[in-house]
Amino acid sequence: MAQIAVIAKENYPLYIRSTPMENELKFHYMVHTSLDVVDEKISAMGKALVDQRELYLGLLYPTEDYKVYGYVTNSKVKFVMVVDSSNTALRDNEIRSMFRKLHNSYTDVMCNPFYNPGDRIQSRAFDNMVTSMMIQVC
Amino acid sequence: MADKVLFEFLHTEMVAELWAPHPDPGPGGQKRSLSILESIGFRVGQALGERLPQETLGFREELDVLKFLCKDLWVAVFHKQMDSLRTNHQGTYVLQDNSFPLLVPMASGLQYVEEAPKFLAFTCGLLCGTLSTLGFQSLVTTSVTSLPACKFQVVIRKP
Repeated sequence: MAQIAVIAKENYPLYIRSTPMENELKFHYMVHTSLDVVDEKISAMGKALVDQRELYLGLLYPTEDYKVYGYVTNSKVKFVMVVDSSNTALRDNEIRSMFRKLHNSYTDVMCNPFYNPGDRIQSRAFDNMVTSMMIQVC
Repeated sequence: MADKVLFEFLHTEMVAELWAPHPDPGPGGQKRSLSILESIGFRVGQALGERLPQETLGFREELDVLKFLCKDLWVAVFHKQMDSLRTNHQGTYVLQDNSFPLLVPMASGLQYVEEAPKFLAFTCGLLCGTLSTLGFQSLVTTSVTSLPACKFQVVIRKP
């Protein structure tokens, strides 16, 4: 079981996909609450005198059933990924590489002249990439 | 080596195409063509603002973003860096390019100064679009006193 969401910098969703299809409302709610944690991490990074500002935010918060991971781009677009806690085979590097693939595909969507920045993402190429990632996770 | 000129030729044709049907459109028509060029530049800037900083780490403040524009964006599009960046530390920045590649083939001196804004509109939009993706609302204006040097004035609007 996994869900992936892409959220614009104004904090509205550009793309939400979950498998299985039920429990979507619960997932939307989870993504919404995780945005608070994301914002907290971003502002914490700004205040700390750290030279490196990482894009990958790591594990945002674990619940008893799920683990939520976050990633923010330079344009303040956030990616949130929720995976089953029972899926212990997933390691940090794999999550990082999945986020990098998401970032690359999102950049491709942005460069598509038929895409208006701020609209929901309807690109089939993006869909296919997300589908293949979810198959990898589940 | 030829890839530099490809964009210059494309840009020249873009400007020529917008001016071709009405070579002397008067102030109203001219403004419309300039704003078309700017909006094309804006959309390109939005996409570049997503693709170029992809590997770099987060920008810590406004000045970092402006430095990114002067170095990485300028190098990616024009294969050279901006010559100077000045600021009043209150949201106004002046970017100066002493030999702007899109103006270099035109003249070197005072000839064609009135025609220069047409050839800078796309670049203004480009700067504005990149800044907008990176989270800043801005107003970009240009001034040319003698080709091929030009100044871009960027005013970041406070939210």
